[in-house]
Amino acid sequence: MADLTSDFIGIKSPNPFWLASAPPTDKEYNVRRAFEAGWGGVVWKTLGSEGPPVVNVNGPRYGAVYGADRRLLGLNNIELITDRDLFTNLEEIKRVKADYPDRAVVVSIMVPCEEAAWKAILPLVEKTGADGIELNFGCPHGMSERGMGAAVGQVPEYIEMVTRWCKQYYSKPVIVKLTPNITDIRKPAAAAKAGGADAVSLINTINSITSVDLDTMSPEPSIDGKGSHGGYCGPAVKPIAMSMVSEIARGDETRGIAISGIGGITNWRDAAEFITLGCGNVQVCTAAMTYGFKIVQEMISGLSEWMDEKGHTSIDDFRGAAVPNVTDWQYLNLNYVAKAKISQDLCISCGRCFAACEDTSHQAIAMSDDRVFTVKDNECVACNLCVNVCPVEGCITMEPMAAGQIDPRTGSVVDADYANWTTHPNNPAARAAE
Amino acid sequence: MSQNAYTPGVAAGRLAPDAYESRFSDLHPALDAHEALVAADRCYFCHDAPCITACPTDIDIPLFIRQIATGTPDAAAKTILSQNIMGGMCARVCPTEQLCEEACVREMAEGKPVLIGQLQRYATDHLQAQGVHPFSRAAVTGKTVAVVGAGPAGLSCAHRLAMHGHDVVVFDARPKAGGLNEYGIATYKTVDGYAQDEVDWLLQIGGIEIRNDQALVRDVTLEELRADYDAVFLGMGLGGVNTLGLDGDGKDGVLDAVDFIADLRQAGDVARVPVGRDVVVIGGGMTAVDAAVQAKLLGALNVTLVYRRGQDRMNASVFEQDLAASKGVRIVTHAVPKAIHGNGAVREIEFDYVDDDMAPTGETLRLAADQVFRAIGQTLDGDDLPALDGRKIGVDAQGRTSLDGVWAGGDCAAGGDDLTVTAVAEGRDAALDIHAKLMA
Repeated sequence: MADLTSDFIGIKSPNPFWLASAPPTDKEYNVRRAFEAGWGGVVWKTLGSEGPPVVNVNGPRYGAVYGADRRLLGLNNIELITDRDLFTNLEEIKRVKADYPDRAVVVSIMVPCEEAAWKAILPLVEKTGADGIELNFGCPHGMSERGMGAAVGQVPEYIEMVTRWCKQYYSKPVIVKLTPNITDIRKPAAAAKAGGADAVSLINTINSITSVDLDTMSPEPSIDGKGSHGGYCGPAVKPIAMSMVSEIARGDETRGIAISGIGGITNWRDAAEFITLGCGNVQVCTAAMTYGFKIVQEMISGLSEWMDEKGHTSIDDFRGAAVPNVTDWQYLNLNYVAKAKISQDLCISCGRCFAACEDTSHQAIAMSDDRVFTVKDNECVACNLCVNVCPVEGCITMEPMAAGQIDPRTGSVVDADYANWTTHPNNPAARAAE
Repeated sequence: MSQNAYTPGVAAGRLAPDAYESRFSDLHPALDAHEALVAADRCYFCHDAPCITACPTDIDIPLFIRQIATGTPDAAAKTILSQNIMGGMCARVCPTEQLCEEACVREMAEGKPVLIGQLQRYATDHLQAQGVHPFSRAAVTGKTVAVVGAGPAGLSCAHRLAMHGHDVVVFDARPKAGGLNEYGIATYKTVDGYAQDEVDWLLQIGGIEIRNDQALVRDVTLEELRADYDAVFLGMGLGGVNTLGLDGDGKDGVLDAVDFIADLRQAGDVARVPVGRDVVVIGGGMTAVDAAVQAKLLGALNVTLVYRRGQDRMNASVFEQDLAASKGVRIVTHAVPKAIHGNGAVREIEFDYVDDDMAPTGETLRLAADQVFRAIGQTLDGDDLPALDGRKIGVDAQGRTSLDGVWAGGDCAAGGDDLTVTAVAEGRDAALDIHAKLMA
């Protein structure tokens, strides 16, 4: 059976599934339940400076976006960092780590951008015996209005500066958690690397308003008739997170830094995908908040079964395996030609492919009087929309054409040779505008 | 309790008094709001959806389900009712397993169609519970139309005519409007007086006068109607019932299933309706099943439904057949009545077993019977009717008959399945043609 043990920047855990710093890891009771359920590690909910803790709102903290059957696809959160006393948290962390020495316990920290503030808290955290720290430069709501969280994560110079302090005043691994609320994720990642970070973790949550109450005209979650943008997470953000992870994994200045993947990871497959894009482990929150801690059992069994099937014996066997295949658009092979194919055995004749193609794409699907749907190869550009809207998995597939065949749409012979945007004769603007 | 299932002969009150209510309760209880949302989420919003094609009234089913799913059930109801003014009743009595739900792509995909009928009921109930009538009349035209029969065809026709501003008088032979909705459908399919509620709701459009106890021929003639009104729509259904053609047809206990079903609907308290210990129903359609199931629900000990052909030829849907079986009705096929035995009242009925070509096999069957219900079809009653096509009034695609100014639809007209929903469609379409003709 596959070995799921994880060694992430020297932090060992029995599996690569950690709970992210978030409401599920706010206190000892929850974290013990998580470990009993099988989670490999936790990043404890963000600690602030000594003194009176922050005060949270007393109304709803979360808003949601649903899919069919009220499946939660996206969650929005306006909760702040821990609103419990620093020393209570530190004592609990120490007790839990002592009781679960094989699990990873990482402490998330967010204090003002002053050296003294970091110098004060880091020794306290060090004494808990926790395995490392994660710098919360990501939360986009509330704390960022006080110059912390995403407000730091949006300024690479601050990231580098604070990271450097942490490496100076703390002996164990330092992870920098990045905000996605920026234009180029490689800049803050490079700053973290320059500051000496052992790893980056991403993504934190995305600025969002999930809905508006059409009676009260208040955004949700509504606090006394007003709403503030929250941090968006859950399955809906996974594509954004994976793109950002891949940019760091393949960026010239960021390549090689360890990555802890976060963002909508809901099952073993999501986790495996993040790992193939270069992540050493993954962190989960919304899925646990939706279904409870037990989901980790499916993640463990699923990843293990898939690894066995593929002959992978360790996480490192496939970590980053998809990174070489992430490229720029300009390097995609324009000589690759595919056509959609509809399986008449699997087709249930709903006609959604037809509506999508006829109304919004290339009029490349024919519909007979008796509701048989077929692809018109001479019109099909292989856009994939029919595949995406088909409710039956595997019913419509994209079939590559073999070299030497004639593409009925263009009348051209399919070329076996690779030719991209920069070289293809069909492209009159082979060079980018300068 | 003085009577029970074993009490010989025909008796009322075979069950404990509190047993009737649950036995005759709603066959498909209404969906609540949560159930409706879960059910609506399963609709794929198909292109040119097969369910619409399968619906005799062409209701835009994907649209109304999407309207339910997005929290606007009253908009859904308007989508339904604009095509089918009796969408509430059709939601209850349509054989959806042979129509929209059979065509549903999720029936093909998973053998579990979207619950179209129950969703339709959810939407129409939601609107009608508020007493809202979403349609209004056009300016009054001064034209008058006589409608014969206040059943689904007649009322559908009347409503559409009234919407277009015509004044309509509906003549019905029975004391209550509704036709088969009121008299001809099993009690558990339309509980709590829904048929009358629906009629009352429908009449809110205005411009429709109902005259009860007015039978064609007996109380009013077609000739008079043609003289007094600008147009006439015939939707009086089938008033006669086929007999078995045996000597014993007249014995006590040999009855028409439609009368038994009507008695149950009109009883107020079904416990007062007498039923035999041994009951035999002859026929293979919905009426046969409605009678057989209700005989069983009333506490009959043995109920046998006897059909002359194979089970696959029965007009009753597989769902209805299964319903009958689940209630304990025994279904016997390939048997035709041969003789009714008994002295004054029926005691036994004898059948010939037949092959697929209806040729007797030489084998016979005798069943004890305190009651025999005939459910082998109904016939058109009336004199001086328009030309017939077979045994019903001949009509063209617009419902026009051989007589100028006379249209027909529903069970009395040739063509189409004898379903509530078909009658509604025919009444609606005839109304549109009458309107076009009157305004030309």
